[in-house]
Amino acid sequence: MLQSKSFVKKTKQGRIQKVVREHYLRDDIYCGFVPCSACDAAAERKLHADAAAILVVDTNVVLHQIDLLENPTIEDVVLLSVVLDEVKNKNLAVFNRIKALCTNKARRFYVFANEQHRDTYVKDMVGESSNDRNDRAIRVAARWYQSHLGGSVKVMLITNDRDNKKKAIEEGLNAETVESYVRSLGQPGLLDLVVVPTSGDVTMEDVEDHRPSKKKVIYSEHKPMSEITSGLRCGIYHQGKLRVNRYNPFEAYVGSESIGDEIVIRGRSNMNRAFDGDIVAVELLPQDQWHESKSFIADDDEEEEEDVHLVPNSADDAPRNTSSTQSTVGSSAPSVSSRPIGRVVGIIKRNWNSYCGSLQPMPMPAGSGGVAHALFVSKDRRIPKIRIQTRQLENLVNKRIVVAVDSWGVLSRYPSGHYVRTIGDIGDKETETEASILKFTVASNAVTTYLKKLACKNIADVTNFVHPGTPLDEEAAQRGTSVYLVGQRIDMLPKPLTEDVCSLRADVERLAFSVIWEMTPDADIISTRYTKSVIKSCAAMSYVEAQARMDDSRLVDPLTVDLRNLNSLAKIMRQRRCDRGALTLASAEVKFEIDSETHDPLDIGIYQIREANQMIEEFMLAANISVAEKILKHFPLCSLLRRHPTPTKEMLEPLLRTTSSVGLNLDVSSSKALAESLDNAKSNDPYFNKLIRILATRCMTQAVYFCSGDLNSSEYYHYGLAASLYTHFTSPIRRYADVVVHRLLAAALDIAKLPPIFQDGPQLTGIADNLNYRHRNAQMASRASVELHTLIYFRTRPTDTEARIVKVKANGFIVFVPKFGIEGPIYLSPKGDKGGDWVVDEVHQRVTKPGSNISHAVLQTVRIHMEVVEPQPHRPKLQLTLI
Amino acid sequence: MEYVDPLTGFRVDGRRPNEMRQLKGEVGVVARADGSALFEMGNTRVIAAVYGPREVNSPTLISAVQNKGQQVNSKEALVRCEYRMAEFSTGDRRRKPKGDRRSTEISLVIRQTMEASILTDLMPRSQIDIFVQVLQADGGTRSACINAATLALANAGIPMRDIVTSCSAGYLCSTPLLDLNYLEDSAGGPDVTVGILAKMDKVTLLQMDAKLPMDTFENVMGLAIEGCKAIATYIRESRKINGLNMLKIADPSVHVTHRVRLAGWMDGFQCSGQEI
Ligand SMILES: [Zn+2]
Repeated sequence: MLQSKSFVKKTKQGRIQKVVREHYLRDDIYCGFVPCSACDAAAERKLHADAAAILVVDTNVVLHQIDLLENPTIEDVVLLSVVLDEVKNKNLAVFNRIKALCTNKARRFYVFANEQHRDTYVKDMVGESSNDRNDRAIRVAARWYQSHLGGSVKVMLITNDRDNKKKAIEEGLNAETVESYVRSLGQPGLLDLVVVPTSGDVTMEDVEDHRPSKKKVIYSEHKPMSEITSGLRCGIYHQGKLRVNRYNPFEAYVGSESIGDEIVIRGRSNMNRAFDGDIVAVELLPQDQWHESKSFIADDDEEEEEDVHLVPNSADDAPRNTSSTQSTVGSSAPSVSSRPIGRVVGIIKRNWNSYCGSLQPMPMPAGSGGVAHALFVSKDRRIPKIRIQTRQLENLVNKRIVVAVDSWGVLSRYPSGHYVRTIGDIGDKETETEASILKFTVASNAVTTYLKKLACKNIADVTNFVHPGTPLDEEAAQRGTSVYLVGQRIDMLPKPLTEDVCSLRADVERLAFSVIWEMTPDADIISTRYTKSVIKSCAAMSYVEAQARMDDSRLVDPLTVDLRNLNSLAKIMRQRRCDRGALTLASAEVKFEIDSETHDPLDIGIYQIREANQMIEEFMLAANISVAEKILKHFPLCSLLRRHPTPTKEMLEPLLRTTSSVGLNLDVSSSKALAESLDNAKSNDPYFNKLIRILATRCMTQAVYFCSGDLNSSEYYHYGLAASLYTHFTSPIRRYADVVVHRLLAAALDIAKLPPIFQDGPQLTGIADNLNYRHRNAQMASRASVELHTLIYFRTRPTDTEARIVKVKANGFIVFVPKFGIEGPIYLSPKGDKGGDWVVDEVHQRVTKPGSNISHAVLQTVRIHMEVVEPQPHRPKLQLTLI
Repeated sequence: MEYVDPLTGFRVDGRRPNEMRQLKGEVGVVARADGSALFEMGNTRVIAAVYGPREVNSPTLISAVQNKGQQVNSKEALVRCEYRMAEFSTGDRRRKPKGDRRSTEISLVIRQTMEASILTDLMPRSQIDIFVQVLQADGGTRSACINAATLALANAGIPMRDIVTSCSAGYLCSTPLLDLNYLEDSAGGPDVTVGILAKMDKVTLLQMDAKLPMDTFENVMGLAIEGCKAIATYIRESRKINGLNMLKIADPSVHVTHRVRLAGWMDGFQCSGQEI
């Protein structure tokens, strides 16, 4: 049977055209019920013979009750293609979850292509909205199931739409709301997973907001979509992704292409219920309102405050410094910011998720078992508190739980959500680690770096074991990378591959992929050869061991001599790289020594970089560059490369402001100029140079993977390395990017065929994007893990140490603690007392107490006391105070 | 965009990856022509008219043909082809210049494909003109033109070695797809157009303007060939019916296994009147 779908659509040039599309209807789509004899015997079947009922769910049930559907008590569900299509258009994240349920062999979720079935396809009716049409299609499909299955099993339509439910019952269907269905299962705990219906839907019987004071309008209404679209077109509104400042949740930025700058959004009411990651429409405030709010450490009217945290490694995870040139001391006129300030008028696409955190401590309501309202505080500070209701409050306090957001109306200060699951007790190390993993949903892997055989750069040949398209490959592609958590690892690849087969060990033959250079003593490359090889390492040693050998002048054995030769080559290569303008950046990486019994941290300190590390790093860089050249030559359109964008002037501004306040002028016109002025940044303070480098590093964005076909070759540049081409080849065990590059190299050498996925530009771009996303998450997870262990460490060890002021604020300053790689606020005046009696000089980054000679300036050394305090039970935090 | 639904396995128009669109053929649609046919593959609709064989005697014509690089041989029939796209055939009614590069190229492709099957040496000093016009374009126009031309030639009673049929296949979402429609065609993935001499099992046309790994290419091309065979079967099975003179075609009782299934809706095409 054939149906024509015709509709009009607008072309890119703005012309209207009629589109006619064929739509084939079929008779070979089956019901999926195990005992059904009417259907083709070979057809896939998932709906169980002894199901109490076959559930047909509507779109909103999937969109809003996905946590409930994921609960294993819910089975024998039919997902109609009309529902899946709507879900996909409305929320891709939920679609991916429902897709996972449908493809999961252990779950009994059956996909029924009702839109293709001869008997369940419904034609559009004149004057019918697409919502009504889809609701009708759902009822038609449910009726088909009912008549097809006869009396053998009950078919039930689950919908929260009052109208749809009424019509279904009139048509002789069984229909229930989510809540009444879940209630009928007799499991009260399940009810917590049910999302409170919003207006227009059937209301829950016992839901009532007990606080009349909350009934006042707090936020302005979002503009309707039509108004937003026309506003965007005529330039009144600007569209972009909202990023909430990780360190100040009351400030957010929207990168706008139409303005070419970031729009700053200040305060929750201007953010107007937008979440981090939402695509929003923003309206600029009049220019005379672009006042700089004084940059307090703790902003706005709420109880949030700055935490002690790990020092950021790049601009991607650092707060953007918004306090640009501020008025000098004493000036009372409000200064006008150079950056546009705006407010959110509408949300184009939500980025709601599940979040991990805990309930805000509250007095237990009298009696138990009833419905209680509680506020959930996410571990991710960018997320506002979430109001949930629960029937099991006593089980949830002092637990790490996962909560999902459902809605946020103009009347309520906080968004509403529902409980999803419990992870464990707060403060429990395993719970917290899982929480930090969950927060970034990633897997991890530990560092087991051995010095590989030392005549050329050999990289374990992972691709020999991980073949394209296999489940192992897909999983690795999903995980994308490995995360380094303190004292724990989850591998990207299975353990036997990671630790044994692919690790190069002494005197064991291993498959490897090698880049072999022939070099002059001056480290000029004469020839480069790439080959698969079988390697028998003559030694496997740690960096420490290698360093010790090189340093021990008594050793003259061939291995040590080789090591020294390689080291001298590496030094020349390094020098040459620096001459090209590569930046020697610095980051404060922290190392823990872990107690093998309790897994508690025994000692922490900055990771020491040895010459041996640098030597290996140099060869790795060279291998990566050589491989990048090779694969790009063979596959100019589908190579996976890595680039480091040149930082903009604006990004470097915080650094320049800091350095100019101490009289140092940095030339940032090019990476070479910056490298040189960093080299010249000297003072009699031995740590000064390193500190400036750390500050410089965090102004830059992270390097990213990309597909060579997507960009012009001028954009391939790696700023930090001053290399025109770069990729990742050297760590295929822990990074999926390297696996991809291995395949490209193998194809370039005609060793293997290029997998078909490389023909698919968008898919390759998708892989690159996923890798970037996973890498960022991996980093965030390992940072969270380090922060957790830092807290555990200081819990029993209050410490006095030296710190450096990195930023001056109105009521205090931010210090960086070099020894532990963390930074945090020091308050000069009590909280809430904004400004107090201190005077801030933003130009010179200095706070002074008038009438005294006490002052603190940026980069100055101060002595501080570090101690873990518990202002609220079960909520320990690290506090820094000035001695 | 997902051209193959990951959960249902159906394409955007409800077909499975190895299914062809609905076929429809009709001959004798242009009364004044010696042979004519209308051929539809889904919403792609093409009309072909054949004039000839008739005597070639105009020297100006011969020189004009020679200018196009076509050799004129007095011992064989001269085949000419003109392809055109109706202005109303696509969604955007854009005025297309006559004789643009694409039209010239498709004219050439159709002519060469047809020449391979016409027994030109049986018709010395004669010329055969094939006019093909696209009435409605929805992907696969090239293939539809060749199929229409085959039907029109048969309708004109022009002796042929074998019937030529054509079909395309593409590769999207890591899946070989048979008979791309316009939406799938404009996804920018690789697509292969194949023409075969159905009974002789010979490929006479193969076009692809993208890169594909060898093994993928073989799968895609194999699928297109199966599509060509299914079209040939469709034409043969309906050839006994009225108007269509295919006596010159060798007996088609060749056994072919069909991996291709016509979509489930095809529970028998109509055989009334001029429809085949
Ligand atoms: Zn059945």
